[in-house]
Amino acid sequence: MARIIIPTPLRKFTKDESTFFSSKKNVLEAIEELSSFYPEIKNNLFDEDNKLRSFVKVFVGDKDYNSLQEKDIELQDDTVVSIIPAIAGGTGK
Amino acid sequence: MENGVFKKEELERYSRHLILPKFGIEGQQKLKHTKVLVIGSGGLGAPLLLYLAAAGIGKIGIVDFDVVDDSNLQRQVLFTVDDVGKPKVEVAKKRLEALNPHIQIEAFNERLASDNVERIFKSYDIVADGTDNFPTRYLINDACYFYGKVNVSASIFRFEGQVSVYNYLNEDGSRGPNYRDLYPEPPPPGLVPSCAEGGVIGVLPGIIGSLQANEVIKVAANIGEPLVGKLLVFDALTLDSRVFKFEKNKDNPVSGTNPSINELIDYEAHCGIIKTEKKSTEVKEKSVEELKKMKDGQEDFQLIDVREQHEYDIVNIDGKLIPLGDILQHASEISREKPVIVHCRSGVRSATAIAQLEKEFGFENLYNLKGGVLAYADEIDPSLPKY
Repeated sequence: MARIIIPTPLRKFTKDESTFFSSKKNVLEAIEELSSFYPEIKNNLFDEDNKLRSFVKVFVGDKDYNSLQEKDIELQDDTVVSIIPAIAGGTGK
Repeated sequence: MENGVFKKEELERYSRHLILPKFGIEGQQKLKHTKVLVIGSGGLGAPLLLYLAAAGIGKIGIVDFDVVDDSNLQRQVLFTVDDVGKPKVEVAKKRLEALNPHIQIEAFNERLASDNVERIFKSYDIVADGTDNFPTRYLINDACYFYGKVNVSASIFRFEGQVSVYNYLNEDGSRGPNYRDLYPEPPPPGLVPSCAEGGVIGVLPGIIGSLQANEVIKVAANIGEPLVGKLLVFDALTLDSRVFKFEKNKDNPVSGTNPSINELIDYEAHCGIIKTEKKSTEVKEKSVEELKKMKDGQEDFQLIDVREQHEYDIVNIDGKLIPLGDILQHASEISREKPVIVHCRSGVRSATAIAQLEKEFGFENLYNLKGGVLAYADEIDPSLPKY
C-alpha cells in the first residue's frame, strides 16, 4: 500500500494522523480516497473544479507530481506520496 | 598584521573558516563582500542574523516593523526581557554590532511593502525571507524576480519547516525557479490556519533559521549545492528531513510563459486580506469599555468566545466558548433576544463568526468586541495574560 504523508497544517482534518495508506494505484485516486476518508480535508486540497489547489504541492517520492510525464504513474507498495502546502508562519494572515 | 582585506582581529575571528578546506580566505572575502537583507527579525531572523553576523557577512540589512513582545521570548533568542517594548530592528542592530564590529548593520524599522521594497532591496545581493505571512512572502518573491535578487527563503508552522533558494543566479546568467513555481497563488484566508491553530515549537525556528543561514553562506561563498529547485521539509516531531525537487512552472504568473503579473501589486489584496478586513468592518462593534460598562451595569447580555479551548485555558473573560469552526452548528445556543457580544483574541475571527451567523441565520443582535481579549487585557484588566 502506498503511503501518503499528511502535513502538519492539514492534520486537524485527519484526527492528527500523519499518514494514510492507500491501495489505489494512481496518485489522484489515492488522494481522493484520502479525501473520502477524511471529508474535511477535501476543500483544502481541491478547488471547485476538483483541481489541486495552487498552494498545495504533491510529490511522488522526491518528484513533483505536476512535472511527471506519466500522470497516472503507478503507485507501488513502497511509494511515498507527500502533500506539501505553502506555510508562512503562525500569524494566520 | 593585515592582508589587504582583513585586519588582524578579523583574521583571528574567522580563523576556523580560513582553515576550512574549500572555503579559506577566498570564501571569507566573498562573505565580506556580500550584502544580505534579512526580512523579519523574529524566530527565523534571530539565528539567521546571529550566524550571518558571526560569519562575517559584510553588510546585513534588517527589516521589521514590530516591537519585542513577551510572547516572542519563547523562540526569538536575539531578545531579552529588558528589550520588551523596544523596536526589534534596533535591539537586533545593537546586539549584532556587539557580536561583530567588523561588519555593517542597517536597520529598516518599517513594514516591507510594494512602495518601499525597491529602495530597501537596492543595495543588497541576497534577500533572506524569514517573514510570517503570505502577503510579504509573495511580495518578496516577486520583488526578487523583478529586481534580480537571490531569495533564500524559510518558513515554519507548528512542528514543520521549509527551506529553499529561489531565483538563484546560474552560471549561464539564467535564474532558478522561484516561490511561485512551487505555489503559483497564495491560499485564500479561510484556508490558512488561523492564529489559534498556528503556533510553533520554540526550537524549530532555531533549526530552520540555521539551515537558512547555511544556505545564505553557501550562496555568498559559492560553495556546495544550494537548495536550488529543491524544497527541504523538516518535521521536528519525527526529525524526518525530506528534500523535494521542483522545476520552473510555465504557468507561473510572474515568470511563466504568459505572465499575468508584470509589476509589483497590492499583496494584501492578492492574498484576500482586504476582503476579510472589509467584512469585519461591516459587522456592528462594541468597545472593551462598553463591554465593561455592560458587565458593571448588570445589563442582560450574552458573551460568546469563538476561540479554541487551548486559548480559553490561557485567558478568558467568562464568555461562553463556541470555537469559530463550530459556531453554525451551535447557533441555537446564541440568544436572539438580548445583545450578544462575540469576541476572539483580536477581533478577526469573531467578525467572521458574526458575518456567518448573520448570513446563515439572520441574527441582528450580534456585536464584535473590538480588539478582542487582547484589548480587554490592555485597557480593562492588565492582570490578564496576553498571548
